[in-house]
This record gives sequence, structure tokens and C-alpha cells, in this order.
Amino acid sequence: MNTNLKRRVFLKGSVAASTIGVAVAAGLVTPSAVLAAWPEKAFTSKKIPDAMSEIFGSDVSENSEDVKITAPPIAENGSTVSITIESMIPNTEMMAILAAANGTPLVATFTPGEGTKAYARTRIKLGKSGDVIAVAKAGGKLYSNRAGVKVTIGGCGG
Amino acid sequence: MASIKLKAKAKKDIVSVKCLINHPMETGLRKVKETGKLVPAHYITEVTCTKGDATLLSSNWSGGVSANPYLEFHYAGAKGDEITLSWKDNKGGSDTKTAKVR
Repeated sequence: MNTNLKRRVFLKGSVAASTIGVAVAAGLVTPSAVLAAWPEKAFTSKKIPDAMSEIFGSDVSENSEDVKITAPPIAENGSTVSITIESMIPNTEMMAILAAANGTPLVATFTPGEGTKAYARTRIKLGKSGDVIAVAKAGGKLYSNRAGVKVTIGGCGG
Repeated sequence: MASIKLKAKAKKDIVSVKCLINHPMETGLRKVKETGKLVPAHYITEVTCTKGDATLLSSNWSGGVSANPYLEFHYAGAKGDEITLSWKDNKGGSDTKTAKVR
């Protein structure tokens, strides 16, 4: 009787273990499938020109006032810096936010669909003081504008 | 898992979509002070907003976006539109939320 019980426990245990195994295997498959569409190289590039080439196919951009970037001149907390980017250039296909002082500069890219304004507002992390660059792609050309953000640690506002 | 707060409001014929997502957005570079071990990367990589079959905005993110990310964008639409926002992260997590434009 006793051995029988143990045998049952053992069998139950092994069934449970194999189910977990299958679940893990399935779980391992999904992240790579998700990442397939995500430009990993661009987001892991450590230099701005590399990141821009990966995402836009070119690192040459024209400085333009038609690309608007709104950032606070002084950020007291680098972990949430509110950034607004907007492109006045017609037919903007894609926009990106790059933070020059971050280890991996490319923060986010935005691809507006039809009827969507070339406008995005989000909050980003800044490791230290530096320029935040907005890049917009329209008609095969790149336009950019930048804003300097000073990150103060300690919140003295200086 | 309700990780998304989605609000869309129409003003004339422009709809402003605002959303807040609850997510840690770990870059994978931060260390736990006590142990000195790196916190594994866990951040949203893709955010997509659609209206029916039409994509309103698709966005790729890195760990450089703040924790509990906020996103706002505008599109030409009207009251009563039904929009769906979804995200995916680097660990295979995802969430979706649908809201009606008010």
C-alpha cells in the first residue's frame, strides 16, 4: 500500500514536470518571434550615426526648424523627462527620439499611419545632461532638431 | 492584466489619444544595491495603435523610455471611433486595450 501511494505521487509529479517543460519551451519560442520585427541592432547601437543608419538607412540629416522638439531645459529627475516631438514636414514617414548622452542613444521610433499627425509625446530616461535629438524622415530625406537638457541630481534646480 | 489606461478625446476632427502603461521598463543595466547583481532587462519593444484594420501609430521602444510609459499622439478622426492599443515586451509579455473616442 505504502509503495503504491509513493508510486502514484511519483507519477503525478512527473506529469506535472513535463507540462511545465512544454510551457517553458513555448515561452522560449515567443520572445524571439516578438523580437523579429524589432530592430535590435538600431536599439543596441552605441553611437548616433550607427543607430540612425540602422533605422533610417542614412545618418545624414538636415537641421530643420520644421521638426519641433519640446524638452525641459532643466530636468530634476533624469528618469522621467517629458519630450514632445512634432514634424511640420508634409508626409513624414517616421520619427525617432535619440538621447545623445545615453549609452544606447536610440530611445524610440514612431511610424504614423495615414491620417495620424507626426506628433508624439512621451517620457524618456536621460543618464546625464545632453542633447535630445528628434529626427524625422520625409520624402527620403532626414530632418533633425535638437534640444539641450540639463539633468540635475539632487533636485536643487541648479 | 489591466496594464493600459487609454483615453481618446475628439476635438473638432482631431482625436488626441493618451495612454499610460504600467510597466517596469528595466534597461538591464541597473544593479540591485544589496547584491550588486544586474536587474534583467524587461521593457516594451513595440506599441501599436489601430482603428479597425488601419494602423494609427506603430512605435518601437528601447529601455530608454521611462518606467510606466506615457504616450500621446493625434490623428484625424471623430467621436465614436473604436481604437485598440497593444504592447509587447522583450520577455514575450503583451497587453491590449480598446477604448471609444469620446
